[in-house]
Amino acid sequence: MKKTVVRTASLIGVVLAMAPAFALDGQYNFQHPVTHLAEDIFGLHMLMFWICVVIFVAVFGVMFYSVFAHRKSKGAVAATFHESTTVEILWTIVPVVILLGMAWPATKTVLAMKDTSNPEITIKATGYQWKWGYDYMQGEGQGISFLSTLSTPRAQIDQGEWKGDNYLLEVDNEVVVPIGKKVRVLLTAQDVIHAWWVPAFGVKQDAIPGFIRDVWFKAEKEGVFRGNCAELCGKDHGFMPIVVRVVSQQAYTEWVAAKAAPPAAASAPATTDKAAPSAASEPKPAAASAS
Amino acid sequence: MSAVTPDAVHGHDHGHDGHDHDHHMPTGWRRWMTATNHKDIGTLYLFFSFIMFLTGGVLALTIRAELFQPGLQIVRPEFFNQLTTMHGLIMVFGAIMPAFVGFANWMIPLMIGAPDMAFARMNNWSFWLLPPAALLLVSSFFVPGGASAAGWTLYAPLSLQMGMGMDMTIFAVHIMGASSIMGAINIVVTILNMRAPGMTLMKMPMFAWTWLITAYLLIAVMPVLAGAVTMLLTDRHFGTSFFNAAGGGDPVLYQHVFWFFGHPEVYIMILPAFGIVSQIVPAFARKPLFGYASMVYATASIAILSFVVWAHHMFTTGMPAVTQIAFMYMTMLIAVPTGVKVFNWIATMWRGSMTFETPMLFAVGFIFVFTMGGFTGLMLAIAPADIQYQDTYFVVAHFHYVLVAGSLFALFAGTYYWIPKWTGHMYDEKLGKRHFWLSMISFNVTFFPMHFLGLAGMPRRIPDYNPFFTDFNQLATVGAFGFGLSQVFFFYIVLKCIKGGPKAADKPWDGAEGLEWTVPSPAPFHTFEVPPVFEAPAGHGH
Amino acid sequence: MKRENRTLRVKLLIAACVMFGFGFALIPFYKTICEVAGLNNLLRADKGVSNSQIDTSRMVMVQFDANTRNLAWRFKPLQASVNVHPGQMVRVDYEVENTLDRAVTGQAIPSYTPMVAERHVQKLECFCFRQQTFAAHEKRVMPVVFTVDSDLPTEVPVFTLSYTFFEVAGTQK
Repeated sequence: MKKTVVRTASLIGVVLAMAPAFALDGQYNFQHPVTHLAEDIFGLHMLMFWICVVIFVAVFGVMFYSVFAHRKSKGAVAATFHESTTVEILWTIVPVVILLGMAWPATKTVLAMKDTSNPEITIKATGYQWKWGYDYMQGEGQGISFLSTLSTPRAQIDQGEWKGDNYLLEVDNEVVVPIGKKVRVLLTAQDVIHAWWVPAFGVKQDAIPGFIRDVWFKAEKEGVFRGNCAELCGKDHGFMPIVVRVVSQQAYTEWVAAKAAPPAAASAPATTDKAAPSAASEPKPAAASAS
Repeated sequence: MSAVTPDAVHGHDHGHDGHDHDHHMPTGWRRWMTATNHKDIGTLYLFFSFIMFLTGGVLALTIRAELFQPGLQIVRPEFFNQLTTMHGLIMVFGAIMPAFVGFANWMIPLMIGAPDMAFARMNNWSFWLLPPAALLLVSSFFVPGGASAAGWTLYAPLSLQMGMGMDMTIFAVHIMGASSIMGAINIVVTILNMRAPGMTLMKMPMFAWTWLITAYLLIAVMPVLAGAVTMLLTDRHFGTSFFNAAGGGDPVLYQHVFWFFGHPEVYIMILPAFGIVSQIVPAFARKPLFGYASMVYATASIAILSFVVWAHHMFTTGMPAVTQIAFMYMTMLIAVPTGVKVFNWIATMWRGSMTFETPMLFAVGFIFVFTMGGFTGLMLAIAPADIQYQDTYFVVAHFHYVLVAGSLFALFAGTYYWIPKWTGHMYDEKLGKRHFWLSMISFNVTFFPMHFLGLAGMPRRIPDYNPFFTDFNQLATVGAFGFGLSQVFFFYIVLKCIKGGPKAADKPWDGAEGLEWTVPSPAPFHTFEVPPVFEAPAGHGH
Repeated sequence: MKRENRTLRVKLLIAACVMFGFGFALIPFYKTICEVAGLNNLLRADKGVSNSQIDTSRMVMVQFDANTRNLAWRFKPLQASVNVHPGQMVRVDYEVENTLDRAVTGQAIPSYTPMVAERHVQKLECFCFRQQTFAAHEKRVMPVVFTVDSDLPTEVPVFTLSYTFFEVAGTQK
């Protein structure tokens, strides 16, 4: 009995706590963050949202009061005032103060996002029209290299076949990373600009051909997290998703072993062999969005 | 330069009076081809922009129809990208910008008591450049490879991959840029030299002020855009490597150059809207505009700040933290002058004696919905959050709130406000109100759900999506079709008003101020051949 | 009036000539500006080590990355990363193999992340300083010699040096 009460109370508490964020992880707001950075970003987002709501209510409360009260049809007689230095200075200063309040946490988050130092694993993601290539460059799993393409069947896209939950968000080779490890992702592209985006990690970074950029994340939860290419990159821009599977350290070690064992004989044993991805993309960027 | 001071114009007109009327009024198509009268050219601009608005609208509705449900039903992805690209280009360069130039042509000479624009023949040229440019843009759909599909931003290196439709787009942008620059020079010279005696700069109507500042922005940034697309052209055909890393170039350079144009461009599309609203709100509140001087300073500060915030469109390209923080602060700062404007409008309404004819409805609607776009703009200024909003439907919602509910609603407000002066007839008030409510509701049904779509993770510019996003997309599509139909209805209201309707008084709005209301309705072909004597209305004098 | 027109015409002609000439003058201008400002010096060795002092108090990890763009070469660093003291001279070898049946000329373009590292790397020798021509199936090992400045910000304990090899346009036969 007592247990039920506690449970109900805590449930109500949880619901209340989550109410401001509408339904978290629902249709209305950001996906549930699984990294500390994504949590910070989520917090910033909600802070901004609430500040905007408060200003919205205040400003439009005044406006709509005026719209209803100061009507000619209600016999309102127009006043003639047309300036007030005090008021005008006040409503310039107050927004500046509010902005300063927003700028502080935002700056801290920017600095945290840029801190890509001391990664435990470094993965290079290369954008191709229209797929992603991954090379594990440093840390456990170094040398693993594969391409990741959309695995949604063409019939689902073109012929209106029944669509699964992960329609357009599923790939043949997922990126696998261990939980709680700092992963640095290096980004570049083969042809045009792409962007590597995993909403739950709070990570989005353009992949620019000829240049290299980096972002980092440290997933705090196991699971499969999905994202999309977020920079228009041509015909199949909407068909090159990103899927990251966060697993336990043990499962990761097993995955690395399985991944490294069989193909080692086939491809050169070198650590950062570029042959596979570049050969695959070399001849022409054929329409290979779905396989 | 001295040839265009009011005195000289005065003298000139006396010399040719009567003569002008006989010879400068060809009829039929010649009247329009050879038009040098600011009112005729204004009309041409307005009709042109409405045709482009409908064209861009058809593209938008095709996009929305495709997005009604997951899967590919109506168009192929490559064509979908052409649709989004052309929708953006046509709406920005074909609809919104020419519409504001049309308003400037019609109203600025009337509002400042000038007989015409300063450079009447250049005015004709700057309009007639637009139809060929529009033709280039639209016909690029029918060339091999189709229209440009690189997004309206034409980001390199994707735009380097396009077919000849891209070259046509580049030339169209060049021509439209030349047209805008000429239009802007004309407006600057007209405002600075041809004001009625007694109208000092700080007594000018707000619309003239906002356009003066906009014109300077146009002159400053259109050449930058022309430069950006020219670099694309030489990269495409003449072996340069501005945007190609292989030759020492950098794709991100294109984004810097483009957004150095692109961000002031945003204000080019909204400042004249601020001007229109600043004319309408005092007229229907029957109370002078609150804080005229701070309004002018706010407009100018927005314009100046717009040159130092461009990189906030590029936070995901990965710039050093210091740069990101600097651009974030500058962007947030823009909220201050924009806030001042909104507060001023509300203070103007406060303790007024308001009536809500259609222009006022659209003006209040503008303040309400534009400010919502301003709030999302503020959220987008926060760099870490922006990186998550970037390239999602949240951004699509944001800029449609400021460009549709902002610029477009202000254009509607201005049309209803001044159409009695243009046609000599009152529009049908009942239909006008109906148009407002239809537009307002369908607009929000279309674009409000897009905020949620973006937050939940739907990227923009995709022809197909996960079924998770279906509900809001269907809602948006239904709203979009409603919005489209409402604008056909608007066209009917305008046509009806042109054909007939109750005779409009010279000053149909009892609270309106300004020289434009001192001439008959409809405004005769030539007005203010003798400069009027200007007396500052209350609230402008100090 | 006539004379005014003539002087205006002359002025406009002079202005046109000056503008036209300015277009050509831009080329030497650009080169001078780049030299003075140290911009766009991808293809030259850096002037030398500004601070030859070896800072033994800390280590910097330099990761190496290699890419090819639309070029069927096998291109890889022989070491994935090195740990160095700032100021210490480093030599890294890259192995390049042309897998095509024809001779190809390529150019490597460097890129750094975090970007701030670029200003603190002094390259003394690099295969990226000039175009490299490879015979069919030729394989070569090419070095990069560089030092990391000791004024590299301490917030950057790790950075990546990446090269992308492009085929030089107009050289394929």
